[in-house]
Amino acid sequence: MRSADLLLFSAQTLLRQRLRALMILVAMGLGVAAVVVLTALGEGARGYVMGEFAAIGKDVLVIFPGRKETSGGMPPVSGGSSRDITLEEASLLQRRLAAVRAVAPLVIGSARVAFDERGREVTILGTTALFLQVRHLHLSAGANLPERDFRLAGGEAVIGEKLKKELFGDRPAIGEPIRIGDSRFRVIGILGGRGDAMGMDLSDAAIIPVASAQRLFNVSGLFRVLLQLREGYAAGPTRLRVEQLMKEFHQGELDVTVVSPDAMLATFDSILVAMTLAIGAIGGISLLVAGVLIMNVMLISVSQRTREIGLLKALGASSADIRRVFLTEALLLTGSGIGAGLLAGSMLVWLGRLWLPDVPFQTPPWALLTAVVTALATGLGFSWLPARRASRLQPVAALQQP
Amino acid sequence: MTEPVIALEHVAKTFRLGEQSVHALDDVSLRVLAGEYLAVMGQSGSGKSTLLNMLGLLDRPERGAYRLDGIETSDLDEERRARLRRERIGFVFQAFHLVPRLSARENIELPMLLEGVAPAQRRHLAEQVMARLGLLERANHLSNQLSGGQRQRVAIARAIVMRPSLLLADEPTGNLDSRSGQEVMQLLEELNADGITLVVVTHDAALGARARRQVRMADGKIVSDNADPNRDAQR
Repeated sequence: MRSADLLLFSAQTLLRQRLRALMILVAMGLGVAAVVVLTALGEGARGYVMGEFAAIGKDVLVIFPGRKETSGGMPPVSGGSSRDITLEEASLLQRRLAAVRAVAPLVIGSARVAFDERGREVTILGTTALFLQVRHLHLSAGANLPERDFRLAGGEAVIGEKLKKELFGDRPAIGEPIRIGDSRFRVIGILGGRGDAMGMDLSDAAIIPVASAQRLFNVSGLFRVLLQLREGYAAGPTRLRVEQLMKEFHQGELDVTVVSPDAMLATFDSILVAMTLAIGAIGGISLLVAGVLIMNVMLISVSQRTREIGLLKALGASSADIRRVFLTEALLLTGSGIGAGLLAGSMLVWLGRLWLPDVPFQTPPWALLTAVVTALATGLGFSWLPARRASRLQPVAALQQP
Repeated sequence: MTEPVIALEHVAKTFRLGEQSVHALDDVSLRVLAGEYLAVMGQSGSGKSTLLNMLGLLDRPERGAYRLDGIETSDLDEERRARLRRERIGFVFQAFHLVPRLSARENIELPMLLEGVAPAQRRHLAEQVMARLGLLERANHLSNQLSGGQRQRVAIARAIVMRPSLLLADEPTGNLDSRSGQEVMQLLEELNADGITLVVVTHDAALGARARRQVRMADGKIVSDNADPNRDAQR
């Protein structure tokens, strides 16, 4: 049989049985669309998280006190409390390591911020000018914290937009005196935008010099130290150098953790890719279900068309011809199902992008390919049995069917 | 002497029915020459249907040999047998067996479709046959728009469109009223007069009597055959 005739013959059969064809089309289409949409969701979530992490910058190391061991084993029985990271140590890191361009020590607490009679309890962040750069925060008015030796306290404060509104209303705040706890500060800058970082809402917070924050909260240790690296220095080796130095400072005991966002990024990336794979596989199961449906419908078709099969054999169709007829039918069904599924899935993904422009919904190419290949394989694979059954029908018995 | 169209030699076929095995064909030998008009008659269960399937290459003998147009068929593979069916054998069935979703013309084109004949050529040949059988104005009708007689004419057109040497008709008038049956038989006999070898299988004595040669079957054996012993010499 010529391929064109084969296609036409099968198409005619399908058009004759529209409901049956439509059912398979919908099942196959749903399966393919499920894979397309689910993997786009996973990929979108991954892209979103990665984007957030990338905002930290690749040239940054983060030190925090305590050792987070993920290798298992017993925690130390004595001396469990780790030593503080002091401001002096942070300063030493900057002076001793050529790779470190700038340091942003971090102290976090909460205190009452007041202007005249109006006041509220907010998050207080003690740090340096570098913090705003590293976190890609920007000022809507005024100036950043002054660049000076961060071991020295000062009375400058950068406040978030929401806090400014609460305290000053529409009046200008730059240069105004405020009280934080029992100390006096002066507003030098307003933080713009949403400004959320590390789960904190910085629009309702005040940022002051780190040494002042230590005095305010009466602490000597730091919550975090952010290190910005000079260009040309890799995070990996520098991380080891920082660990080495901190160990030296702490009498040979490594009781701090140094992470590079890059490493965290890689971990998150692999977790999220695994998640995308998993939900893609769930979509794949619906393809399998569609395959079983195709098999059933094709088996019914074979028994309904027993006479026709017998006739075709009598007219000179070989078993291979009959098999080809049924497989072509399956191929047409599966193919149009895939087409419909891709179309519907892409539309949904497109709608998703319109709805949540921040999340980069995008079906990864490997998922598209896998969906198409799986759909074709199940469609043809599950039709193989019915096609073989049809081709093995005895024409004599088939023709004598009522 | 030319090769006979059909040469069956000591052909046997048994079917299992539970514990019993039934001899559907029991050492059957038969020679049919080109252009002969033959009726195979017998009660149901006599083996005539099995013989028809054997002649039509729809069944394989267990023992014995079958040469069609001089070609030994019993050891051919399925693909080759399908091709022989396509090119050398035309079937006409009691129940017509038209594909209902196809028009009369498309039904007639089916064997050529299987053969892989180009569409233009197909159309041309189908129209030739339809013209001869007076079916042209019915070309685009579906089978449910045709009368029984017309359906059988379409089936006959489909059987002869590949110009086979052998036309096998299984109770061709069984589903027709007597007038349509008459017309169909006349058509088949005309085709025979033009040279095609015609084998009609029937249990209807009157229908069988129209043939020049009658073969009677019972219990899987040929019990009588009034072949003209001099027919080889006549041709």
